[in-house]
Amino acid sequence: MLKAEIYVTLKKTVSDPQGSTIKHALASLNFKEVEEVRTGKLIAMKLNLKNKKEAQRKLDEMCKKLLANPVIEDYSFQIIEDTT
Amino acid sequence: MRFGVVVFPGSNCDQDCFYVIKDILNQPVKHIWHKDKRLDNFDCIVLPGGFSYGDYLRTGAIAMFSPIMERISEFTRKGKVVIGICNGFQILLEAGLLPGAMLRNKNLHFICKYVYIRTENSQTPFTNLCKKNQILKIPIAHNEGNYYIDEEGLRKLKRSSQIVFRYCSREDKTTSEFNPNGAIDNIAGIINKKGNVLGMMPHPERSSESVLGSNDGLLVFKSIIKWLESR
Repeated sequence: MLKAEIYVTLKKTVSDPQGSTIKHALASLNFKEVEEVRTGKLIAMKLNLKNKKEAQRKLDEMCKKLLANPVIEDYSFQIIEDTT
Repeated sequence: MRFGVVVFPGSNCDQDCFYVIKDILNQPVKHIWHKDKRLDNFDCIVLPGGFSYGDYLRTGAIAMFSPIMERISEFTRKGKVVIGICNGFQILLEAGLLPGAMLRNKNLHFICKYVYIRTENSQTPFTNLCKKNQILKIPIAHNEGNYYIDEEGLRKLKRSSQIVFRYCSREDKTTSEFNPNGAIDNIAGIINKKGNVLGMMPHPERSSESVLGSNDGLLVFKSIIKWLESR
């Protein structure tokens, strides 16, 4: 069994209204050191696979087909051995 | 003219579209369930507004995999007319039947109000009864209407006159002040290059009777009928 964590974020060139609102809220709490905030999604899943290479290929396909919209979003993921 | 209105789980403007087509325009219309695997002989298909699949993941992202969408892609490839309103527009973007994508509204609010839009292209199946630059009063109701496309994509849209509606003021100003959601270039509606698929965020079905404050939306439906009848 493998676990995967997939991160979907807006592309650098795309404005992120949620991120900038959070940044303003942090500034009002006196966290002046916050230079930029970007938001995104974390999708966690368990995979019925043993082979990491195969998992990588499948996850790539899932991201391209559904989990991320290539017009506005980038994605990355990490695969972890599920020892639980 | 035979209209079909697609119903996804979470669609909520399907009845309004159905009512306008049937009771105001006296045209035959049927509901199409999203799980249907075949399409009857329709002349025009409406993808209505709402929150298909609860807007999970991204607006329109799950609806794009409903069985009916395969049939609708074929329908558009045959040059037949499809109009996506609000969530319908979002579905068309996710399905790749129109270019670009939707982001959260710039101010992060769900915006529900009347807006003014300018008809940038009156030579389409959806706007042929509008005068060039005619300003229409039609309401919007959305959380993700902040249309985005990259610079190259925007240039292409402009070059092929694919921008059909832009947000403006009653006096025809298209400054950012009159852009409710932050959409790039004040874009409220676009067509595909072939010209048979329109996506628009404002709701023409909610402005088809003067008792509702405007009947400008009827121009869109009547244009479709006129265009289909001239074929």
